Amino acid sequence: MLKQLSNLDGISGREDLVRSHLLECLKDTPHEITVDSMGNLLVKKGKTISEQLMLSAHMDEVGLTITAIDKKGMLKFCPVGGIDTRILPGLRVRFGADRMPGVIGVKPIHLQKKNEQQKPFDPETLYIDAGFSSEEEACRWANVGDYVAFDVDCISIGTDCYRGKAFDNRAGCMILLKLLLEDNKLNFCAAFTVQEEVGTRGALIAAYNLKPHFALVVETTAAADTPDNEKKVAGTVLGAGPAISIMDRSIMVSPQARGNLVALAEKQSLPFQFRRFTGAGTEGGAIAHSGEGVETAVVSVPCRYIHSPNSIISMWDINNTLNLARAWLEKHQ
Amino acid sequence: MKDQMLIDIVMDLTSISGISGHESAAVEKAAVYFNRYCDEIKLDRFGNLVALKKADRDAEKKFTLALVAHIDEIGAVVTKIEPGGFLRFAPVGGIDPRVLPGQAVVVHGKSNYDGVIGATAPHLLTEKERNKTVPIDRLFIDTGHSYNYVFDHIKVGDPISLSRKTCYMKEGKMLTGKALDNRAGMSSLILCAAELTGLHHQVDICFIASLQEEVGLRGAITAAYGLNPDLAVAVDVTHGDLSGVDEQHTFRLGQGPVIAVGPNFHPVLSEHLQDIAKEYNISRQVEAIPGNSHTDAWAIQVSREGIPTGLVSIPLRYMHSTVEMVAVADLVSAGRLLAWLASGMKSAFIGRLKGC
Repeated sequence: MLKQLSNLDGISGREDLVRSHLLECLKDTPHEITVDSMGNLLVKKGKTISEQLMLSAHMDEVGLTITAIDKKGMLKFCPVGGIDTRILPGLRVRFGADRMPGVIGVKPIHLQKKNEQQKPFDPETLYIDAGFSSEEEACRWANVGDYVAFDVDCISIGTDCYRGKAFDNRAGCMILLKLLLEDNKLNFCAAFTVQEEVGTRGALIAAYNLKPHFALVVETTAAADTPDNEKKVAGTVLGAGPAISIMDRSIMVSPQARGNLVALAEKQSLPFQFRRFTGAGTEGGAIAHSGEGVETAVVSVPCRYIHSPNSIISMWDINNTLNLARAWLEKHQ
Repeated sequence: MKDQMLIDIVMDLTSISGISGHESAAVEKAAVYFNRYCDEIKLDRFGNLVALKKADRDAEKKFTLALVAHIDEIGAVVTKIEPGGFLRFAPVGGIDPRVLPGQAVVVHGKSNYDGVIGATAPHLLTEKERNKTVPIDRLFIDTGHSYNYVFDHIKVGDPISLSRKTCYMKEGKMLTGKALDNRAGMSSLILCAAELTGLHHQVDICFIASLQEEVGLRGAITAAYGLNPDLAVAVDVTHGDLSGVDEQHTFRLGQGPVIAVGPNFHPVLSEHLQDIAKEYNISRQVEAIPGNSHTDAWAIQVSREGIPTGLVSIPLRYMHSTVEMVAVADLVSAGRLLAWLASGMKSAFIGRLKGC
């Protein structure tokens, strides 16, 4: 399920493929399904309860978009969402509706001047090469505005881990989907949202439409348990269970909302860690500040090298995050 | 040979890893193809693959033409296992550290382990860090395994290869992937061998898959000495045209193989290659190399008492990355050019080059 979700391309603003896949998975369920004007997929499971519950996970992923086609038929681009442009040289990508292959190549080491390697490539000088030999030829296949995704296949790797793109936040999508498909009596609304990576846009209107009393954001967050990482102490650790947020750039999680999650984890002997890193935003803020305010908690699956084509995530972490989300739903029924 | 067959060979050859010093699996794969078209096949003491296609029976004098392509590729070796099971590594061959973060790799330990060269999430980076290159000795590989597992299955010194499946571009007119330097040249050599099965030739043709080119032309040194050919042509890749690089250093993809001229090459042989291209209507380009060509030709030329040597190159973009790119037409033309060279080779011509 994770492999399938990871391999779908859904750059912010073009989440269609992910949404269609989710709709296909949900087609035999009795749930009430709506798609709003921005493309959020809202699924209501069970009966209406007095204190509406909302689970949210964003469908979109970071990527690129084509901004210009030059005289030699090369495609200029701009990142969509937060990408460290230093990872772009040497990438294979796919673009447009036909998912045409292209590469981001750079000047080979043999042709570089001394010391050139000390400075990263200027992202402005990078381009996608799809083998076109002229502007005219390129224009037949590529359009300004085409979305560009990392061209990788998700594989299983290491001990119970997966390597691939877009685990942020297809891992969250997978958890919501499992809760919607499994045989449980839980009543809740699941929001598969759009455009999180460009400013949690989808969650704003999803929360307005659903008007929940309590919300839980299921996210993917950066693991920092790697060598030489100065922020190691402040980050999350792969394989240490779901990461419960204290705060991030968008939200101060209320002690009540956070405490509930911790108490549930302790009661059910589920592993957990705190998301000690307080930077970067989540949909938590968009939901918590909608209407007159919503008690919102945020729980994340740790993931190494997120926003890159080859990130690593642990299935054990995903399953335990699923268990914690389920416990949260049960508590609020 | 149909273009599709050639593409399949490139796909097949690039699916096997063979970093310098660890080429045996790649050599085995190449041997499968040469076996189809050659009379004898052997490995020399160093490990180079030598495949002989004998001259026609009525050949008047025994001469040997060697066609040489290196089979090794750039990669890395494990240098240290860090707490957490992360691997430090050193490059094998020339690699720009800036093309590595986020790349998929395979670590060849007790078994093959998929991994990734870690790239810190942008969320955790400061502006200052973003403006700096991470040097190669600070990069690390993550296999997703625990320290204990890694310790039991991976050793310092184990080879690491870049991982990327070759794929088509432009409806099969172009190919992109890793190790096209020099499996592209190797594929042209195989195409040449296949073409020669339908042609007469007056001299013995020896196809050599040489080792350790990327770390200093080592295989070519021993292969040239051992075989002592009368004439040799190295087949390698050269830089394809790309934005931001002066055109005098690069060659257009799809405009044909590149024939090198300069002190590293016998001038008569270089000219002869150009004449053949003209005669058989093969579009070609010419590269002037003022000294060391950094190819096997450099080692072969001064082997024993000297071997007249030429170089045919295939234009390739983004050399030594996992997104190298070649045009299929260039591979085909290079293979045909070599086949016409081999089949038209006369004893008198070799005699002239050798001055005897």
